[in-house]
Amino acid sequence: MKLGVVTFPGTCDDVDARLAVAKVAEPIALWHGDPDLHGVDGVVIPGGFSYGDYLRVGAIARFSPVMESVIAFAREGGPVLGICNGFQILCEAGLLPGALLPNKDLRFVCRQVDLEVQSTATPFTSTCEVGDRLSIPAKHRSGCYTGDVPSEQVVLRYAEGHNFNGSQDDIAGVANAQGNVMGLMPHPEHAVDLLTGGSADGLRLFEGMARVAVA
Amino acid sequence: MRARVLIRPKAGILDPQGVAVERALPALGFGGVGNVHVGRLVELDVEDESQLDDMCRKLLANPLIEDYEIQTVTAS
Repeated sequence: MKLGVVTFPGTCDDVDARLAVAKVAEPIALWHGDPDLHGVDGVVIPGGFSYGDYLRVGAIARFSPVMESVIAFAREGGPVLGICNGFQILCEAGLLPGALLPNKDLRFVCRQVDLEVQSTATPFTSTCEVGDRLSIPAKHRSGCYTGDVPSEQVVLRYAEGHNFNGSQDDIAGVANAQGNVMGLMPHPEHAVDLLTGGSADGLRLFEGMARVAVA
Repeated sequence: MRARVLIRPKAGILDPQGVAVERALPALGFGGVGNVHVGRLVELDVEDESQLDDMCRKLLANPLIEDYEIQTVTAS
């Protein structure tokens, strides 16, 4: 089973995302200018600053050749996980509801956050129970979620005291109505190894993705 | 034509940049300032001005969180 990881100019978390994927599947590097998804069973859009975040976060990346294919893949039900900048891109692409605004205090923040699982109706959280707490690092300047999202599509919320960016209703991650597309601001790919991640809770999202992608 | 597109945060959408500026001005001695909002300005030459609205909705602004206003700088 193969999971693709997209690299745009300005992406910086693609290497960690491929390392995380390698724990559950064969990672395939996808390039922004190449619309060929190389037969992958799922796609990860990693974090970074695609196209320099010019104009608006995620606004330019959304029109890259690879995204045309990712959008078609997602509409056919393929699992797509957007992390941080990837989440912003999926919102801009209209695959996920809402948008990400600058953090309420306008600062770039890097810290460990606790998340609470709100829904297990996505491949990614199928390895979790509702109410499970995941400890995962977050690092971003534009992670303040706003949007008209049905509560059943809210997948992750910041635990009490952990919503540092001002997100509406403590929302940290959302899915589309079908559940096959999910985005979150914190970085599960940085929490897949106790040696470097502080926790390995992030791995559960990749395990869930791989489990459903193979089914 | 040369067009100017003004993009501003929609009413009710959190605008931390506006809030930061609103707080900074009194600190410099400028009183009586309120309702500050910070947006973006895009200027462009276009051959077909009928495409401008579409350009705004698809790329220049995100209609979920931003309002836009198209102005004519110089008619062709």
